[in-house]
Amino acid sequence: MQLYELTIQQAHALLKGKEISAQELTRAVLDRIDAVDDKVGAYITVARETAMGQAELADQAISQGNIFPLTGIPLALKDLMCTQDLRTTCGSKILENFVPPYDATVVKKLKKEGAVIVGKVNMDEFAMGSSTENSGLQPTYNPWDLTRIPGGSSGGSAAAIAADMCIGALGSDTGGSIRQPASHCGVVGMKPTYGRVSRFGLVAFASSLDQIGPLAKDVTDCAVLMNAICGYDSQDSTSVPRDVPDYTTFLKDSLNGVVVGIPKEYSDVAGLNPDVSKKVQQAANTIEGMGAECVEVSLPHTEYVVAAYYVIAPCEASSNLARYDGVKYGFRAEDRHNLIEMYQSTRSKGFGPEVQRRIILGTYSLSAGYYDAYYGKASQVRTLIIEDFKKAFEACDVILAPVAPTPAFEIGAKVDDPLTMYLSDIFTLSANLAGIPGMSVPCGFSSEGLPIGLQIMGNHFDEGMLLKVAYNFEQATDFHTLKPTL
Amino acid sequence: MKITKDEVMHVANLARLDMDEASIDKFADQIGTILEYVDVLNRVDTQGVTPTSHAISLTNVFREDQEKKTLERDKALANAPQKEDGNFVVPKVIT
Repeated sequence: MQLYELTIQQAHALLKGKEISAQELTRAVLDRIDAVDDKVGAYITVARETAMGQAELADQAISQGNIFPLTGIPLALKDLMCTQDLRTTCGSKILENFVPPYDATVVKKLKKEGAVIVGKVNMDEFAMGSSTENSGLQPTYNPWDLTRIPGGSSGGSAAAIAADMCIGALGSDTGGSIRQPASHCGVVGMKPTYGRVSRFGLVAFASSLDQIGPLAKDVTDCAVLMNAICGYDSQDSTSVPRDVPDYTTFLKDSLNGVVVGIPKEYSDVAGLNPDVSKKVQQAANTIEGMGAECVEVSLPHTEYVVAAYYVIAPCEASSNLARYDGVKYGFRAEDRHNLIEMYQSTRSKGFGPEVQRRIILGTYSLSAGYYDAYYGKASQVRTLIIEDFKKAFEACDVILAPVAPTPAFEIGAKVDDPLTMYLSDIFTLSANLAGIPGMSVPCGFSSEGLPIGLQIMGNHFDEGMLLKVAYNFEQATDFHTLKPTL
Repeated sequence: MKITKDEVMHVANLARLDMDEASIDKFADQIGTILEYVDVLNRVDTQGVTPTSHAISLTNVFREDQEKKTLERDKALANAPQKEDGNFVVPKVIT
């Protein structure tokens, strides 16, 4: 086994036993990036020197007996988490040369544990997209099939894990952006409950929906990363002051007494691929066979989820992205001579088409005369979607569902058809609208050999239950151990 | 069409985006399709339903107004496209 193939848990044990050093491990990961990232395109910035420096510090700490679960572990960060003195582009031309003067809270937490930040990975521009094709900087290819998308928007994080170009990663999820690429790349990903992880230093897309979370090689690593990043932060007043459990303690129990809900509306979703449907059904059978009880639940407002989301998210985005004006940081177009024209030219040249489309959609939906019909209406439907989940969780502990209706599609297949792209988010958007946690775990492969993920959703702050179900499922299967050939 | 070219132009101006004719056509078409789809929301009876802006109930966070160290001026200016004497420089505002 190569060092870059290790999981966080495995690497931690070897570091602790002084069988390997953090510098050896980091060098192995950097060499792996050199060897395969030309094909995959996951990294926007590889922080070679600072990563080796952090690894050296980690080795010093370890030699003094100071080791945390992430000490010396090479991690990749989606390029929308601010990293002090390390370029943070958000996948956008408008932030191409932005070097943050401070660390995001999650980055601070990782550094405090002695983690090694290997680099910043690709994403759809401003996290708007489901394929990473909207990156303003470069394409990323799915390590399982280089003609296909890795999913998005955290496509770089998922591809980097799948191709062993990092040991663990963080992404962000506004409408499925951790879970869907995790599913398409055959890795584990979790969107925690809204408010569980601080958003301070996360470049904002839609503030009531955005949440940072881990992508990992297995469920145990996912729990270890959750332990490191969760918790209240006085710099994010939407983070929730609530104790964070040790998530690894949920990785032991059996599934006896766990009630699993299967939403009846989900099997009727148009365009649900038969392989996906079959693998998710088989996964539910496996979980039932391990002692859980499966019941049917109903989420009656499922057919309105995409519409509600694609009003609310662009509205919030149009407001959040008003700050990119070419004055304080980022790109400025120099071809105009008065202030308004400078704003217009900067924003039109700096933002890509999908971002501009969502800004216009959001601005329109919030504008005089349309606010009630669009934003107001969507926010009311959001309430009904939340109530659907409340009712469902009265009857079950977790909900099982597909992550995406199909396996990873071919690059370019939906790029000119935004609505079709949006419709493929049907299974993931609800968790963001309702603020509940959701995760994706590998549950098999399509007939073409593409990974398929099982989605597990739970009640607010019940990430432990998700991890428990995912861990038990993982113990019964070997999908997470299979790797793409590059 | 759900949204006219004039409306796209108007909204683009509100959002400080500059668009050529071809982009306006394309956006009017694509956004029109999305808005037509979004009309399914009108099938839902939302009479008396309270809108949700945050899924987790939030409470106001108060703290003492204390003097604290903030970002130093040169760091805050480090990414500025144009700066002078510790200030951001912008094109002429009044023409």
